[in-house]
Amino acid sequence: MYNVTINGKDVQIAEGSTILDAARQAGVSIPTLCFLEHRAPLGACRVCVVEVEGARTLQAACATPVTDNMVVNTNSRRARQSRRTVIDLLLSEHEGNCQYCDRSVDCELKEIAHDLTIEAPEYEGERVPSVLDTSTPGLIRDSGKCIKCRRCVTVCNEVQQIGALFPQYRGYDTVVGPAFAMDLDSVACVQCGQCAAVCPVGAISEASHIEGVWRALDDPEKHVVVQTAPAVRAALGECFGYEPGTLVTGKMVSALREIGFHAVFDTNFTADLTIMEEGTELLMRLKAALTGKAEGYHGPSALPQFTSCSPGWIQFAEYFYPEMLPNLSTCKSPQQMFGALAKTYYAEQAGVDPEKMVVVSVMPCTAKKFEATRDEMNASGYRDVDYVLTTRELGRMIASAGIDFRSLPDDEMDAPMGLSSGAADIFANSGGVMEAALRTAWELVTGRELPTGNLHVEPVAGLAGIKEASLVIEDPLPDWSFLDGVELKVAVAHGLGNTAQLIKEIKSGQREYHFVEIMTCPGGCIGGGGQPRMTTDEVRRKRIAAIYREDEGKELRKSHLNPQISEIYERYLKAPLGERSHHLLHTKYVARQVV
Amino acid sequence: MVRQNNQCAEEVDQVKLAELDRFIDERKDVKGLLIPALQRAQELFGYLPDEVIRHISRRLDIPFSEVAGVVTFYSFFSTVPRGRRLIRVCLGTACYVRGGQEVLAALRHELGIEVGQTTEDRLFSLEIGRCFGACGLAPVVMVDDDVHQRVKPARVRELLASYREEENEEHETDLVTEGVAE
Repeated sequence: MYNVTINGKDVQIAEGSTILDAARQAGVSIPTLCFLEHRAPLGACRVCVVEVEGARTLQAACATPVTDNMVVNTNSRRARQSRRTVIDLLLSEHEGNCQYCDRSVDCELKEIAHDLTIEAPEYEGERVPSVLDTSTPGLIRDSGKCIKCRRCVTVCNEVQQIGALFPQYRGYDTVVGPAFAMDLDSVACVQCGQCAAVCPVGAISEASHIEGVWRALDDPEKHVVVQTAPAVRAALGECFGYEPGTLVTGKMVSALREIGFHAVFDTNFTADLTIMEEGTELLMRLKAALTGKAEGYHGPSALPQFTSCSPGWIQFAEYFYPEMLPNLSTCKSPQQMFGALAKTYYAEQAGVDPEKMVVVSVMPCTAKKFEATRDEMNASGYRDVDYVLTTRELGRMIASAGIDFRSLPDDEMDAPMGLSSGAADIFANSGGVMEAALRTAWELVTGRELPTGNLHVEPVAGLAGIKEASLVIEDPLPDWSFLDGVELKVAVAHGLGNTAQLIKEIKSGQREYHFVEIMTCPGGCIGGGGQPRMTTDEVRRKRIAAIYREDEGKELRKSHLNPQISEIYERYLKAPLGERSHHLLHTKYVARQVV
Repeated sequence: MVRQNNQCAEEVDQVKLAELDRFIDERKDVKGLLIPALQRAQELFGYLPDEVIRHISRRLDIPFSEVAGVVTFYSFFSTVPRGRRLIRVCLGTACYVRGGQEVLAALRHELGIEVGQTTEDRLFSLEIGRCFGACGLAPVVMVDDDVHQRVKPARVRELLASYREEENEEHETDLVTEGVAE
């Protein structure tokens, strides 16, 4: 342990820590722009410079390790003025358009400028021209707002290991973006939006669907239905000043009604349906693999089966692991299952012309915007999902509708696609789809409840990058006797860098599994690219805990016991993997070229 | 300022590509192979065609955007075809303060082209450099691998003439050789 003095406060901190770590421990706030937790410091933005006794020059707090008995002053005149100059210079190049910027409420540059009492431009000169990249359905980039902090580069290259973004050119001409400053659609971007999630300014954001949704709502001809993903209810409150991890399910439903949606449904419903379809698919693949044939099953039989809910992961596999595509579950994501069923099953029940129906989804995700535009996502005969709002966009719509969110009463989702089990809620968390699938599959195979303790599968929960669990199947029902004594091995990864590592180890034979859950974003959907900013690990943990609370608070915690699920199979779909399911709920994938 | 890499889909010389692959294969386990591979590619092709940059990205398993980032960072690399002689005027700090700009202006005037362009006879391309590590000799101009030190704007015409002469001689030799072959 080292003794460090920061602004006169003594702290004891482990060797290898940085000045920034020590300052945080001492309760001293140092502004940062390029810093990202758990990542090697870049020291690129220079906003965190501090005075270190004995050092000739100011030091970047994020990149300078502490030494024993170090004395640091973050508030000397020189440190204050240097920090101010750094921000002055950034502002002199930043084409902020603050009054129109969607980051005007949470722009980190603006906040720091405000805190440093910068009230007028210090330097005026040439500005980087603003060029908009609207080439992808999910994301918009604005080169004029970019301050070249490179957080997006770090996330894209290190956390997600995609490498779509990198600084191009040099000096004043530097543009952070795809190769040769081309548009995003010219490189292997999966539109996960983790770049947008860490951007301190408004240089990367989601492509907004707000106006389209308002137009649909204002059109008296249209019947507009909305679905909300499980992760939204654990984060939307943050847009209205609630602590991260505050569940606002009931208020969210009220707000959606006030906005004017004709029916408020739940993506959770199709998450439960996903478990029925994907769980059955897994059992069929196991049967085909272990007994040599599975009667009536015509799908792929490759193992391990990978989950297919996360559209960023789907594109990642299409780009980088085309040979693994037969391993991906053929199930559409819950969002797309919902769209296909809204315009068929629900349209029929409600007597609504599907042509006049508009399906809006609220997602923690930017890749969902891309997913909704995929050519094959029109099983209903129409575009299955018309608009995708992020959690942030819904927050803005609620605000612009003049709704006092905090004072809203709780309300409930509508039938026939609004009821869900706790198993559907946990789709929001890394490890949750796996747990939900095991709750149902285990019970289908053995006739008994999953014996892992309160229905949780602890080893696959939490923020470790790659997690695994195994369960030995004993005394199965007669239909599943081939599974007797089989050790079911499962794994979970989140973040595409962890995913790449896991796949590498699976392909090399180092690891062997039957079922693997992948979520594109760190922490799962609760850490999605469309969630309120900034998502740190602390925020992830709070949202994860909230989702488990939502699950545990329900009587109904297993997908196959959801009465609306039984109803849809009875009245419409008949059986998992049946003819109608095959047509509406399953899909196929395409190999894509990286370069 | 979206700068497309406007390369017409030119056929890439497969023999040269195989030579580049050989270069990469021989250094399989070398760390930091990207810049040597790009240098070798530029040697082979005279510049870095888009398809070659993509090829290097695939072969080294380095994202295309990162490879392009390196290519666009270093003024040494070119993504457009160059003349037979590449003139690079150093505008690093030392050369800048000792008159690099004036030397560059003289070259632009003398060649009738701007930085990044190639003369009509495809003999010269003009680029700027960011320090060749010869600051003691400032201002420095490099023509291919030749280092010219303490260049004065007034001497630029002379400097170019020597290369034009050399080129003519080579040209004549070529003609003679061809004549013999016939």
